[in-house]
This record gives sequence, C-alpha cells and structure tokens, in this order.
Amino acid sequence: MFYKKCRNTTNSSSQDALSIQSATDISRRRFVQGVAAGGALMASGLGYSSTARSSYQQPDILSGKHFSLAFDYKKVNFTGEDRIATAINGSVPAPVLRWKQDERVTLDVTNNMAVDSSIHWHGLILPSAMDGVPGISDNFNGIKPGESFRYEFDVKQSGTYWYHSHSGFQEQTGAYGAIIIDPVEPFHISYEREHVIVLSDWSDEDPDDIYAKLKKMSHYYNTRERTTGDLWDEIQENGLSQTWNDRGMWNDMRMSDRDISDVTGYTYTFLMNGNTPADNWTGMFKKGERLRLRIINASAMTLFDLRIPGLKMTVVAADGQNIEPITVDEFRIGVAETYDVLVTPDDDMAYSIFAQAIDRSGYAIGRLTSDPSLHAEVPQMDYAPILTHGDMGMGGMDHSKMDHSNMSSDMMAMMMGGGIEHAETEYGAHIDMLAENPQYRLNDPGVGLRNNGRTVLTYADLRNLVPTHDPREPEREIELHLNGNMRRYMWSINGIKFADAEPLMMKFGERLRITLVNDTMMNHPMHLHGVWSDLETGDDKFIPRKHTVIVQPGSKISYRVTADALGSWAYHCHLQFHMPGMFRRVVIA
Amino acid sequence: MNSKLRYAIFPICLMLPTTSVFAAMEDDPVLYMLKADKFEARDSDEGTVTAWEGHLWVGKDLNKLWIKSEGEHQSGDTESAEFQLLYSRAIDANWDLQVGLRHDAKPDPERNWAVIGFNGISPFWFEIDTALFVEEDGQESLRFEAEYEFMLTQKWVLSPEVEVNWFSEDDDELGIGSGLADIEAGLRLRYEINREFAPYVGIHYERLLGDTEDIANEEGEETNDTQLVVGLRFWF
Repeated sequence: MFYKKCRNTTNSSSQDALSIQSATDISRRRFVQGVAAGGALMASGLGYSSTARSSYQQPDILSGKHFSLAFDYKKVNFTGEDRIATAINGSVPAPVLRWKQDERVTLDVTNNMAVDSSIHWHGLILPSAMDGVPGISDNFNGIKPGESFRYEFDVKQSGTYWYHSHSGFQEQTGAYGAIIIDPVEPFHISYEREHVIVLSDWSDEDPDDIYAKLKKMSHYYNTRERTTGDLWDEIQENGLSQTWNDRGMWNDMRMSDRDISDVTGYTYTFLMNGNTPADNWTGMFKKGERLRLRIINASAMTLFDLRIPGLKMTVVAADGQNIEPITVDEFRIGVAETYDVLVTPDDDMAYSIFAQAIDRSGYAIGRLTSDPSLHAEVPQMDYAPILTHGDMGMGGMDHSKMDHSNMSSDMMAMMMGGGIEHAETEYGAHIDMLAENPQYRLNDPGVGLRNNGRTVLTYADLRNLVPTHDPREPEREIELHLNGNMRRYMWSINGIKFADAEPLMMKFGERLRITLVNDTMMNHPMHLHGVWSDLETGDDKFIPRKHTVIVQPGSKISYRVTADALGSWAYHCHLQFHMPGMFRRVVIA
Repeated sequence: MNSKLRYAIFPICLMLPTTSVFAAMEDDPVLYMLKADKFEARDSDEGTVTAWEGHLWVGKDLNKLWIKSEGEHQSGDTESAEFQLLYSRAIDANWDLQVGLRHDAKPDPERNWAVIGFNGISPFWFEIDTALFVEEDGQESLRFEAEYEFMLTQKWVLSPEVEVNWFSEDDDELGIGSGLADIEAGLRLRYEINREFAPYVGIHYERLLGDTEDIANEEGEETNDTQLVVGLRFWF
C-alpha cells in the first residue's frame, strides 16, 4: 500500500491505526507529512545549527523592551508547492518575543502588505487601545498598508502567551508567534532548559476558499464519513432494532457523528515551530535535566491532543497562569490555549512530541533528544473519535465514571439540574441543533480521549497555584448560547451573529458569571479579551484564570469575570472560520 | 455550460468582497456554486442520448438566486430543455423554499410555468427536490425527486434516485395525459476523484404511466426504456 510505504520513508516503522483510510494517495500524504526543510524560518538563533539533522528550523528569539516587527508577504513551501504567507519579520511562526514582567514594552509594527493588518497580544492584560482588534479595540482600526502602529504597554503578568494578526484570515496564513514573559520572582520550580513549542495548521489553499467551500459543502474536508460498511458492522454487532434506535437521532437531525473538525488534514499540514512532520523539529536536552516546554496552539482550526510517549508531563501553567502542578500523560490543547509542562528525561534517547489533531487526520510532531543522531519512535494515531449523544447535549454522559469529590455542592446541583431554556432567536434556519440537557463536563477529557488508558488532563484538574484573585461571589450571571448550523456553516451567539448583535455590556468593577452553553456538535475555544476568564473548576478558593476556554459539544461551562478593564473588547470563538459569526463586542463601562 | 450563465456569473464575481480587514470579518459573503448533478451519455434503444441536470446558485447563507436546468439531446436535436429561475429562501435548518418561473424551451410548443417548491434534506438523509408548477392556461403539474447516497467508501458513492411527474390535465400537443405521467429511476455509482469532480456509471430507467402511456401506445412510441449511463458530476 502506498500509505505504509510513504510513512516508512519518514522516520517510523509503526503503522498507523487509521489506515482504515488506505485509499490515501501520495499527494495527499505529502500534505500531511510536508516536505523536509520546507519552512519559512530564518536561520536558527539557538545554536542548534550544528546538529546532524539540520532540516528543522527554529524561530528567532527577540528580547528587550523595544521591538520592530514588520508584516511582509513571504514565499513558503510546506508541501512541495510554493505559497505566499503573511509573515512577521520574514518568519513563520513569527519571532519569539521575550519580555520581562513589570517592564514597559514598545513595539513598532509596520505593515508592508497590500491589505490591512494588526497584532493582538493574546492573553495580555493591557489597555483596550493596545489590544489590536480592528474596529473593536479603542481607537484602533488596523494598520493600513505602508503604515506603522506603535504598541506600548506595561507588562503586568508573566508566563507563556502568543500574538497573532486579528485581521482577515491572516492567522491561517502565518501571522502568529510566541510571547514569553519572565517573572520578577523566579519560577517556583527550578528547571535547566526550556523549549517553546508552537503548534499550527498550514493550508496551501487560500483561507477565503476554505471558508467558501465550507459554506457550499460543509463536509468537504471530512474524509472519515460514515460508510455503508460502518452501518453494516453496527447492525451485525448490535442488531437491527438497536442500530435503528442508535441512528435515530442522527438521521432525524441530519447530522454526522463523524463530524469532528471542519477543516482537516485533507488540506492541513500540521506544524511544530513551523516545521512539518518530515522536518522533525528537534529540542535538545542532557540526561537528567528538567525541561520546561511552553506549548502554544496557534492553529486556525485545529485542537491538538499532545503527549510525549515515555515521559510524564507535569502541567505547571495554563494560559500563562501558574497552576498547582499536576502530572499527566496527555492533554488536549484548544486553539489559542497555552500549557507549560515540565518533563525530566532520565535516559539518553529521543522522545516524540506527538500532537495529533482532534479528528486524527494528521499530527504535528517533533522530538526531544539528547543526541541529534537518535530517532524517536513515532506513536500510532488513535482511532478517529465518534460523537455520542452526550456530545449532542442530550445528557446521558456516564456520571459513574466522574469523580465528584472535588466539586462544590452547588456545582453538583447545577450538573444534575437538567433542562435548559432557549431564546426565540435560537429558532430558525440558521440553527440546526439545541442542546436539550447540556451538562457541566469538567471531568470529561473530551471526545476521542475518554477511557484511552492514559492519564488525560481535564479542566477539573486545574487549580490555581495562588488563592482566587477576586473571591467575591458573582453579582449576576449571563448565559450565552453558542449556536450554529453545520450544513449551512453559520455560527452565532444566542442565535444572533456578530453583524446583527448588540454589544454585551459589563459594569466596570463588577464580578459576574458567564455560563456558556454549546448548542452545537463542535468544540468552541472561547476567548474573552481584556479580562480573565476565572474558570469554575470546583474549588472556589483556587480558581484558575484562563483567556481561552474550550466549550465541549453539547456541554456547558461557567467562569467568573472581574470587569476591571475599561473599554471595548472582543469576545469570540477562536476557530478562524467560526469567528466571523460567533463573535461579540464587550463594552466595560 | 450555457453561455448565458457565464454572463450571469462574471458580474457577480466582481461584486464578491475581498478579504475584509476588520476583526469581525464578513461572515456571510456572496458566493456562487455551479453544479452539474448529471452530465451524461445514455445508451438508449434509439441511439445515444446526452442528458444534463444541474443548477447555479448565487447568494448568501439564507437567500439565494437559483437557476436550474435539465434536458436531453439526441442525434442533433434537443428533445427537452427546461430552465427555472428561482428565489430560494431558507425556511428551516434543512429546507429551502423556492419560488419563481420555469421555461420549457423544448419540446415544441414551449411552455411557461410558475414554480413553488421545496429543496432540502429530509430525515434519514434523503435529498428532496419537489415543486408545484402552474402553467399559463391552468395546467398544473407536481414533481417529486428524491436521492440517497450510500457511502460505500470515502470515494465510492452509490446513489439511487427517483422522479415522478403528475399533471392535472391533458396536454394533447405534448402527448401528456392527466394523472401520474411518468417515473424515472436511476442508480449511479460515482468515484469522487475529489469533492468537485466525480465520474460515474449507472442505469437509468424511465417509463410512462396512465393516460400518458396510453397516448404513447396509440402513437406507436416506446413507453419504457432502460439505459446504461456514463457521466460526470462536478461543481465549483
């Protein structure tokens, strides 16, 4: 089979569990694996260039207080085909920016492209005018072609963040990079070395074309559709009447339980620090060193499940904020989330950093090694996940497998609370599904990760390292429903798309609770600009602060917000092609 | 494709917005889609028949302009050619209401109709296209089309379909009798080279029914035929 032959030319002898899809042809494989040395990166600034395998590249690190950044078109080649990227300082990903907490940074951003651009500092607490969202941030309408904009703000926090264009679909075409902020007080756990790992998804297609294709045929990129053979197997296994019942809801709703990602490895090449799987990004270590990995999901559309077979990962920060360390085998990282993990490789060997796309249509991969000549074994991808009734908001999750011991009692009450009310605006041709019984699913690692035999991080595991910043109880609650019509590829909040929506008002200084209800079958990583999303994970005394929160299909989730940042802010799903509709302006006044 | 359609497409392309510069991008751009569900050769008893069935739509998420066309061509003669111009409005998650005009350029004499129909996907994933047609002189006609797709693999798709037509009155000029007039059924196996481009082979069966069948018998014409088909399904 072509499939296996091609795989073996990379660096693995392992067979892919997903070779169900054996019709895969060579050109398609090239998409997924990419071509070696194909990135857009400038020469390495980290001194790894002397390694035996030098095909991988590493973004530059820029540090200090004053930065000059420039948007330019840049020729790249990730798949064997030349394409034009929207690069920052000629690099995809953009350079790593290294700041220091409590310093004031100045960034002069020049736009040398023919269309407007902008930079949003994702997760940074700063004045609205510096937040970089055209048409939303105070007095900011984007950076016109040929013009510059000076960003200047105090760096109040520390940790791992990232930055990206907030104009058009430029994130999809390369305008993203890492931000590292060194703390004033040394990090509470010592480590010897660190690596930044930026995950992303590259397509040779113009993102406007991808969006148009999704509107014309929403399952365009799904190469794992349900087949007649699947149905036959199900009838053999469960009998006709059981199968009839099981299929009933899906057939009635005209939705597919194989619909995991809107855009898949069919068009995406998944990148690690701008390197294709064939490039094989490499991070070095010396045996016994403790490493800090700063992992950022800078994808346009792809949630990743990341693990390093052979190494336990101790998660020490989520979205840049320190949490009580928790050791896991694997975690899901939503688009725009960041996680910091510590690993301690005890052997002189190579480990794969394996980030499989949530739909298992491909993966980003690199390796940690003590010796560049060593090969890391490439793990098998898991089977492509299949959605359940629970993922469709029908309730029915298996609560017996959940650990309720660390949940507060009011959360338990809410979880068992049952039904939900939907607004009038949520009925119509733009909506194809309403969750009847959405559940809090903090302990649920999510579709494709349940009961996989590994210890997988869940939101219920996140416990802030220091006591809750604002211990006040919320004065009020806002419930927002995330809506869509999969086939028509329309997305909205409370059934109202951004273009038709009134701003969401918050009173300066107030403490409120936002409850998000996901009335769709997709995961939505929701990003609230300007203020923290204090995620209610069970312990009110140690609430973790996030900037981006995954709302699982058919579920609900709550966070508290302290509205302590005046001005106009963006609030949206961070999936690039959901964002145009699933978006709100938030005004804090 | 019909050159008139091309003239319709180009000005609309010019109107398409370029990538919007604002954070909240144009969520609902004007798009177009041209799709040939069938573009095929049929091996009939009287020689090769070329047949087409397809549509062009232009518009936004919930409101679109549709042009539908279908017809048959045999040994230099266009035997039937039908065009519909429709306003299509989404009325439900899965259904569009379509109203407009239909013009039958062939056979002679021409016929013009008003159209009201529904296009969408029913529970259990049947693609349905059904309409009521009302002609200038009072003739009414109902059409029901349903198609199903069996995904044999991710590339091979087997799709059975059926179409029936009903008329309220006789149309002597066209040899149509009132009542159920004809049924067409097809079974096509296509291979999706990609989503846009899929060659297929299949069987097409058609037979006349009721009074229409009687009229054909009186005139010594065939009343049913089973044909092998080879064709191409494509869209962009």
